[in-house]
Amino acid sequence: MTATTLGATGVVPALKTRRRSAYPGWFFLPAAIIYSVLFLAPTFASLYFSLTRWTLFDATFIGLDNFAQFFREPFLIQGLVNTIVYAVVTSGLKVILGMALAVMLTSQIVARGYLRSVIFFPVLVSTVGVGITFTVLMHPTAGAINETLAMIGIKGPGWLVDPRLALYSVAMVDVWKGVGLATVIYIAGLVAIPRDYYEAARIDGATKWQNFIYVTLPLSRPATATVITLSFIGGLRTFDLIWAMTKGGPGFASDTVASVIYKQYQAGFYGLSTAGNVVLFVLIGILVVPLTMFLNRKQGHE
Amino acid sequence: MLTASAVNAQQSGNLSFLVDNGPQSVAVAEAWVAAFTEQNPDVSIDMEIRPGGGDGDNIVKTRLATGSMADVFFYNSGSLFQALNPTQNLLPLTNEPFQANIQDSFKSVVSAGGEVYGAPFAPAMGGGIFYNKPLYEELGLEIPKSWDEFMANNEKIKAAGKTAVIQTYGETWTSQLFVLADFYNVLAAEPDFAEKYTNNEAKFATSPAALRGFEKLQEVFEAGYLNADFGAATYPDGLRMVATGEGAHYPMLTFGIGAIQETVPDHINDVGFFAQPGDSADSNGLTTWMPDSIYVAKSTANPDLAKAFVAFIASPEGCDIRNEAVGATGPYMIAGCELPADVPPAVSDMLPYFQEGGNNAPALEFLSPIKGPALEQITVEVGSGIRSAADGAALYDEDVRKQAQQLGLAGW
Repeated sequence: MTATTLGATGVVPALKTRRRSAYPGWFFLPAAIIYSVLFLAPTFASLYFSLTRWTLFDATFIGLDNFAQFFREPFLIQGLVNTIVYAVVTSGLKVILGMALAVMLTSQIVARGYLRSVIFFPVLVSTVGVGITFTVLMHPTAGAINETLAMIGIKGPGWLVDPRLALYSVAMVDVWKGVGLATVIYIAGLVAIPRDYYEAARIDGATKWQNFIYVTLPLSRPATATVITLSFIGGLRTFDLIWAMTKGGPGFASDTVASVIYKQYQAGFYGLSTAGNVVLFVLIGILVVPLTMFLNRKQGHE
Repeated sequence: MLTASAVNAQQSGNLSFLVDNGPQSVAVAEAWVAAFTEQNPDVSIDMEIRPGGGDGDNIVKTRLATGSMADVFFYNSGSLFQALNPTQNLLPLTNEPFQANIQDSFKSVVSAGGEVYGAPFAPAMGGGIFYNKPLYEELGLEIPKSWDEFMANNEKIKAAGKTAVIQTYGETWTSQLFVLADFYNVLAAEPDFAEKYTNNEAKFATSPAALRGFEKLQEVFEAGYLNADFGAATYPDGLRMVATGEGAHYPMLTFGIGAIQETVPDHINDVGFFAQPGDSADSNGLTTWMPDSIYVAKSTANPDLAKAFVAFIASPEGCDIRNEAVGATGPYMIAGCELPADVPPAVSDMLPYFQEGGNNAPALEFLSPIKGPALEQITVEVGSGIRSAADGAALYDEDVRKQAQQLGLAGW
């Protein structure tokens, strides 16, 4: 938040004269109204309601009690750990697999266009639909995955009902669904690398592996920064897939911060869940702003 | 009744009617609307459907808070009803003539501030254990009166190579029954538990009788009595399994009878019911649930018609229509409502607990406004061996404390 505001003010003087000549000030009024009504007002209202005991019918001001209660939630710590594990695992795998697939799909292979669309297809499907489908496939006794494993003599685990596995099973589905987008970003990054570098490397006698390590990898860093930022924020906020597949279960084993918040809302603790949302907002800011600055600085050094 | 019908016949206008999306609720609501509009051709009723569970709670509260609630709607009685802020949002029905026929025990769970706001939507329920009758006959088992007898039966069923206890944690709410349906036994041991619990003086973790419910959950898991897919199976799976004999026992509320009748009607006569046994065979009784209720929103534009419709539903004629539409699932809370002669065995098994001299006690949620929202996740953990009974009970006490504080109760 701070970073973008600072960036924006830095840019304003340069644009000022051009903007004034092109459009009168009231041109921005509709956008300002929409922004205030749909974004600013709810943001400040939720800050207020996070300080109240709110039943929807009336709100009693109780100071910071909701925040105290939220941090006392028995599963908040585990939810925090789960959220970060989930975000790291999914964004890490999306970087590795997305890169590998993009390298493959920009090389001269058969049916390249067809494979590109196959990889991208899961991105287009509804998340809840994907969640429900995989819940059926991952059923411990009647699911297609374990039935297939049984045919080759392996007793499959309870993907979603084993508390040690549930979170990772959902993370794998998230990767399956999201890797197409990472691949497309990488493809765009890879085709933008000038061919001269590869030709120079070929003259120096570089192997394919050296090509990848010394040319492709460093020059696709902007794409990597984009993929990491997008999938890390997505992972921290993750809710729909977790809710569709495990509802935070079994027990509390795959609870994330977002699902803990949603459960408070379901229980009718509206002030408490609003306080949770404020906490989540701050948490994402604390983790993502330094990460973005770090990734962008690296990029600047190249 | 004659005068009531005469009044009904003069009604005209439009009503909206909000019910949850359970197949039973929809079927019976459609039957009531069809019958009522047939008698009152000038009336039209729009039915609206909402999801159940926590999402449904939020829809009901949001619509009440914004003044856009349907004229007549269906919702829980007891502790969830109190959270609707009834004195502000609902139309009092205290002085309606039909209330004379409704049992006082029901009125007490839909009252606030000295006014009655509801009328029963369904028959009363019991929480206990469905069992498969052919399997009991085949193995020569007796209905257990104590927990030890129940576990001995389970052992024989397991030895015969069958699933002794069905659990369906794919739908987490079903995991709570061993704890909630044990409340008759809690009250037998500690008659003032509900009051002390509400006043922050009694805890699940420190009251031996209340802790037993969690221990029972742990015992059936540790003995290996559960179905192999208990973590992923769902409520319809559980009903099917106990009806067809894939499993012997399924702890559940008796409203499941309606769903069995609908989904596996050929096996409805194979399902029996008994109360959850306690530690002593001498004090055997049933934990009962009051039915859900119908209410009239204060924002209704047509209060007379809305009241007439509620009176119709809460009449013996309304009960007959219900029996016709979804079958009889338990005793009605309305005088003059009769059960058909040929009720399913699970219903006739529960009736003795309700009759004169029968042993029953209301579930905790009708004696106290506090029910912790995370109970279903905690019972899943205890019931699948992730957490011990003592830990689970202590965690639930934490959850209860949060609920009490959010309700703003004194002494927490």
